[in-house]
Amino acid sequence: MEDIKPTMFKVTVDGVEVEVAPGTTIMQAARKIGPEVAPPAMCYYEPLKGSGGKCRACLVKVAAGSAKDPRPMPKLVASCITPVQDGMIVENFTNPQVVEARKGVVEFLLLNHPLDCPVCDQAGECHLQDFAFENGTSTTRYQEERRTFEKEDIGPYVQLHMTRCVLCYRCVYTADQITDGRVHGVMGRGDHAEISTYIGHAIDNDFSGNVIDVCPVGALTDKTYRFKNRVWFSKPVDAHCNCDKCSGNVQLWYRGDEVIRVTARKNEWGEVTAFICNTCRFEKKKTSDWVIEGPTKVNRASVISANKYASNLIKKPDFALKLAESQYKKIDDSRPYVNDMAEIKQSEDYKALQQKNESFFKK
Amino acid sequence: MSLKILTEHCSTPGIETLEVYRQKGGYSAVEKALKKMTPDEVVEEVKKSGVRGRGGAGFPMGMKWSFLAKPEGVPRYLVCNADESEPGTFKDHYLMKTIPHLLVEGMIISSYALGANKSFIYVRGELMYVIRILEKAIEEAKAAGFLGKNILGSGYDLELVVQPGGGAYICGEETALLESLEGKRGNPRNKPPFPAVKGLYQSPTVVNNVESIATVSWIVNNGGEAYAAVGVGKSTGTKLISASGHINKPGVYEIELGLSCDEFLNSDEYCGGVRTGHRLKAVVAGGSSVPIVPGTLFLKNANGEDRLMSYESLSDGGFATGTMLGSGGFIVFDETACIVRNTWNFSRFYEHESCGQCSPCREGTGWMQKVLNRIEHGKGSMSDIDLLVDVSKKIEGNTICPLGDAAAWPVASAIRHFRDEFEWHITHPLEATKAGAVYAGAVLV
Repeated sequence: MEDIKPTMFKVTVDGVEVEVAPGTTIMQAARKIGPEVAPPAMCYYEPLKGSGGKCRACLVKVAAGSAKDPRPMPKLVASCITPVQDGMIVENFTNPQVVEARKGVVEFLLLNHPLDCPVCDQAGECHLQDFAFENGTSTTRYQEERRTFEKEDIGPYVQLHMTRCVLCYRCVYTADQITDGRVHGVMGRGDHAEISTYIGHAIDNDFSGNVIDVCPVGALTDKTYRFKNRVWFSKPVDAHCNCDKCSGNVQLWYRGDEVIRVTARKNEWGEVTAFICNTCRFEKKKTSDWVIEGPTKVNRASVISANKYASNLIKKPDFALKLAESQYKKIDDSRPYVNDMAEIKQSEDYKALQQKNESFFKK
Repeated sequence: MSLKILTEHCSTPGIETLEVYRQKGGYSAVEKALKKMTPDEVVEEVKKSGVRGRGGAGFPMGMKWSFLAKPEGVPRYLVCNADESEPGTFKDHYLMKTIPHLLVEGMIISSYALGANKSFIYVRGELMYVIRILEKAIEEAKAAGFLGKNILGSGYDLELVVQPGGGAYICGEETALLESLEGKRGNPRNKPPFPAVKGLYQSPTVVNNVESIATVSWIVNNGGEAYAAVGVGKSTGTKLISASGHINKPGVYEIELGLSCDEFLNSDEYCGGVRTGHRLKAVVAGGSSVPIVPGTLFLKNANGEDRLMSYESLSDGGFATGTMLGSGGFIVFDETACIVRNTWNFSRFYEHESCGQCSPCREGTGWMQKVLNRIEHGKGSMSDIDLLVDVSKKIEGNTICPLGDAAAWPVASAIRHFRDEFEWHITHPLEATKAGAVYAGAVLV
C-alpha cells in the first residue's frame, strides 16, 4: 500500500524556502527555518491555545499571498496567527516597512514600562529586554508620566507587579488551560487595563506557579526567589523527580551548591515544554530531592551564559538585507505611468537597476 | 422632495405601534418573502440592490450574506449591530425609537434569507428606553404571528432577542460585539476566521447595521432593481445622515446618495446652512473616525469638481484631500471651533475606548492624547507635531481591529490640513490658552 502524504506548502521567508504542512502559521514556518528569520514574539506562546496577535511584535510583510494569487497583502500581518498558503513569500527582517513598524512596537511597549532593568528580577531572561535590544532604538521620545500601579498581593507564591506588565494575556490563558478555575484576568481597558484578581482573591492552585514561567517580563515573579540572585550568576541543570501531579521534569538553578530556584524546562523560543506543579517549583529546593541529568544547554551568546548582550547576538541574513536595500526605492508618483515592456527596457531606471543587480551578483 | 425609504412614515403619530405600522403597509414584505419567495431569492434581491453596509465600512450587504458558510447541522445567526457609538452618529437611535417595527420586520426577512432561527439585536446599554420600545414591538409582532413558531404558516421559526450592551465603543466592532454577546470581555477577535465562518458561539454569523437591515423590507417590496436605480454609481439607495455641529438645523436626514454636498449643507430641506452669521471652517463627514477636511475640500475635491454625498465622491483624493462617508455622522465646524482642541477631544475618546488588547492602539492612543493635551495647553514644542504624525503612522494598519485606524486618522488629517493652527498653538501659548481663543488665519468658506 502506498503512503498517502499530505501535500506540503512551499513558503519563502526572507529568501529562504521551507516546506510546511497546511494550516501552519507564518511564525511556525519561520521558526522551522531557524532563529535567523524567526519573528520576535511577546504574546504568542505555542503551548497556549488562542494566544497571539496582541503584541504586534511579529508583524511581517506578505509580498505574495500564494502561488495562485500572488498579490501582496495590503497591511502588515501578525505572523503568529496568519496561516501560510502555498507559494507565499514573506519578508521579515528584509523589509524596511516591517523593521520600522517593529521599532514602533518596541517604543509602544516601553512607553509605560519602567526602564529600570538593573533592579528588575527578570533582567537577563526578559523577552522585552531582548526584543528591545534587537529591534528598538536606544532613546525614547516619551515625555509624559508613566503609568504605575501599587504592588498587589495575590497569594503566597507569586508576586504581581502590574507596572511592568505588557498585557500579553499569557498568564490568563495559562490559568484557563492549565489550572482548574481561573481567578485572575484583565480588568479595565485601554492603557489603564490591569491584570488582577477579582476583589483581591488569592490565587490558590497547584499549578499557579506556571504563570511565572510564561510571563515575558518581570510582572509575575517567584516570591521564594525574588531579589536573591541575578540570573547570570546561576547555572541551570536539568533534573527530574517522581511527582504524582506533574511530569517532574524541571530545571534547577544552582548558585554554588545551593538550589535557589526551580523552573520548568524551556525550548529555544523560551516556551515551557512541560508545565510543573507548585510542590516541585516552590518546595523541593534540596539537591537530594532530585535526580540530576546534567547541565542544561544554554545558548552561548545568551545573557545567562555570556553575562552580557553580544552585539552580534543574532546574525540577520545580511545577503537578503543588502539585496532589499539596494532595490528599495520610494515610489515617485509624479513619474508617467508606463506599462509597455519595450519602453520600460529603454528607460534609464531599468538599465540602472539591471546594472546594479549584475554588479551585486558578481560580488 | 426626494425619495424617503426609511423615514417616510416617521412623522405619523403612533407609528411605533403595530396597528398604525400595518395601516401604512408594514409587514407586507414579511408576507411576500415568507409566502412567495425562497431564502435564496431574497438574498438575490438584496445583491441586486447593491445596498452597502451602513455601519461605516460600506461593504456590499448582499456579498456579505453570500459569504455565510452553510455547514450541515450547525445553527446560523444574524446579529443586528445597534451599538451605534461613533461620536457624531445618532441615526440608528432615531430609527429604533421612532419606527421600531421597521427594524423588526427587516430582522425577520433577513433571518429568513440567511436561515437563522435565533437572531439578536445588540443595543448599547445607555439606550435602555429604546430597548424597551424594541421589546414591546417584538411582543406585538409575536402576538400577531410574525415571530415565534411557524410564522404565517410557512414552517419557519424565529426567535428575536434584544441584548443590552455595556456601552463600550469597541463593542461596535463586529467580533468584539460577538464576544460581548457571548458574555465575555469585549475584545476584538483575530481574523481570520471571519464571523461568516466562525462567529457567534463558533457558528456562521452575519452582523449588520440597523439601517442596513431596515432597508431590506423596502427592497423585498419594490425589488432590488428599483433600489439600485436610486443613488449614483455603486452608492445605491438612500442614507441617513446625522447632522450636528454649527448648522442651523441639526437632525437626522435621509438623502438619496449622490446629492451634492453644497445642497446638503446649505439647502433649507436639510442642514439649512452654517449657523447664521458664521462661516464654514471644517467638516467631519462620516463620524469622528474619518479624516477631517477643511470646508473648501468638502465642497469641491482637489480638481475643483463638486463633491457629492456618496461613498466614492467623498473618498475621492484618498487620505491626502478626501474623507469618507463612514456611518454618516456629519459634524460641521465654523470659525469659532478650535481644531487642536477638537482633535484632542477625539483623541481622549479613543484613549478611553481602546480595549487595551494590542500594543500599538493601547499605548499609542494614550500617547497621542497626552501630546495633544500638551499642545492645547500651551506646553507643546514644534517637534511634537511630527511626533504625532509618526505615532499615528505606527498605529495605522498595525492593529487587530479598525479602532487603531480610527484613532490615527483624525489626528493625521487635522495636522495635514490645519498644521498652521497647531504651530500657532505652540508659538503663541499665551494667546492660545485664553478661553475661547481661536486661530485667526484659518481659510474659511
